[in-house]
Amino acid sequence: MYNDKNSQKIVDIIQNYARKHSLWVLAYGTGCGAIEIAPTMTSRYDAERLGIRGAATPRQADVLLITGYLTVKTVKRVVRVYEQMQDPKYVIGFGSCTINGGMYYDSYNTINLLDRYLPVDVYINGCMPRPEAVIQGFVKLQELISQGKANGAAKYKENLEWYKANQKKIAPKWFERAPEYNW
Amino acid sequence: MEHILIKILGAIATFILAFIVGMTYGGVVRKITARVHNRLGPPFYQNFIDALKLFSKKTAIHHGVMHFLGPAFLMVSSVVSLMFVPVLIPGGDSWYNSWFSNMIYDGDLIFLIYIMVFGSLGMALGAGQTGNPNSSIGITRGLSQMVGYEIPWVLALVSLMLMYKTTSIVDFINVQQETGTWLMFANPFAFIAGLFALMGMFHYSPFDIIGAPAELASGPVSENGGKFLFTMMSSGSVFSFVKLTLFVDIFMGGASNLVVLVIKTFTLYMIPVLYGIVSHRYRTEQAVTFFWKWPLFFGLLAVLYAVL
Repeated sequence: MYNDKNSQKIVDIIQNYARKHSLWVLAYGTGCGAIEIAPTMTSRYDAERLGIRGAATPRQADVLLITGYLTVKTVKRVVRVYEQMQDPKYVIGFGSCTINGGMYYDSYNTINLLDRYLPVDVYINGCMPRPEAVIQGFVKLQELISQGKANGAAKYKENLEWYKANQKKIAPKWFERAPEYNW
Repeated sequence: MEHILIKILGAIATFILAFIVGMTYGGVVRKITARVHNRLGPPFYQNFIDALKLFSKKTAIHHGVMHFLGPAFLMVSSVVSLMFVPVLIPGGDSWYNSWFSNMIYDGDLIFLIYIMVFGSLGMALGAGQTGNPNSSIGITRGLSQMVGYEIPWVLALVSLMLMYKTTSIVDFINVQQETGTWLMFANPFAFIAGLFALMGMFHYSPFDIIGAPAELASGPVSENGGKFLFTMMSSGSVFSFVKLTLFVDIFMGGASNLVVLVIKTFTLYMIPVLYGIVSHRYRTEQAVTFFWKWPLFFGLLAVLYAVL
């Protein structure tokens, strides 16, 4: 249904090449995971050699990196940040907390599975994932982009009602007052 | 008719040259910065990939008409100032020389001083309409810093105008060709003041207070993504080429062919870049007061040297 390798035109291949080699990351440092971003970007692991660079605002970013657990309070902001990003956009869930809640699995105010609220393209598991694992996750995302399979944004738009319903379940007052899509 | 066609083709060729050289310099600077940090760094063509990616992004941002016009103003200012700056020595011997003689006989330094500020002012209006507080702070900082470096820059140029009784850039190149002395040696104080101003113009550290990502979320461009950012990036590359070429024309005797041009501009470009890599960031008032101390002193000294 989404475009796969066989249906790519030449334009798509060129654009995907550029997208793949120029990932601007908005690191949303929610939990403790943000501590691993600094060594990933600086001299020792040097993510910039793969074209991965920090972006300052959601408008300029391609990748939303959710580093750690998300409380109900931060989900509100993360959804807004994600919707302000420009297409094509990707989400990387970082650490166990985004997959099953991690050590906060039974917390009353922490979401357990990020994929119910935002379309996640790549998960990096571990608590904490080391910088090697982070770079491996980015390389996986690059592979998906070059194959035309990183379609999180399209998935979000198609299933917007489902995602919005899930978001409204955890913070009903906030998401009912919020606009349907934060441009 | 044929004359006009050649002019148009020459203008396009000049723009393509400026774009390619400016973007490549930007990529090389990223590589050099990485090597200084003991990193591998991105490839030198990384900026082209970034530009292509930005261009192929969809853009759904709307903040009003002025917001759309801001990047356009930047681009117009860069291209117009490119048209009035002699890329190569007019009447030189290389076969492609006539391509780059766009409108160099029609403008002069005073016009360029005005038109080079036009882009920043248009950008300030455009960023102001986004309503993002980071943008507004960035604009305030940028315009304050501009007040700082414009004064030594204008003083340096005025001293040369007084010295040779001309405002035409072509005349400055011809003077250097006839006497055989570069103006950086004929009036060293003007060169020093101009060099400080150039460091301010390039916004590398310690003068990167406008787009400081950690403080201001990249300042005036914080609300711009995708194609807006592509326009700004390419106009910034063209504009840095313009500034370097103008400086080479005035102080370093111009260039007779493209190889010499690249060598001279790259050497000049390394001064703000290499100083920027190893230095910290100034605060706004520190940057302004810096420009009003030693660069201003050298600028006044240059004027005195020219008059006496």
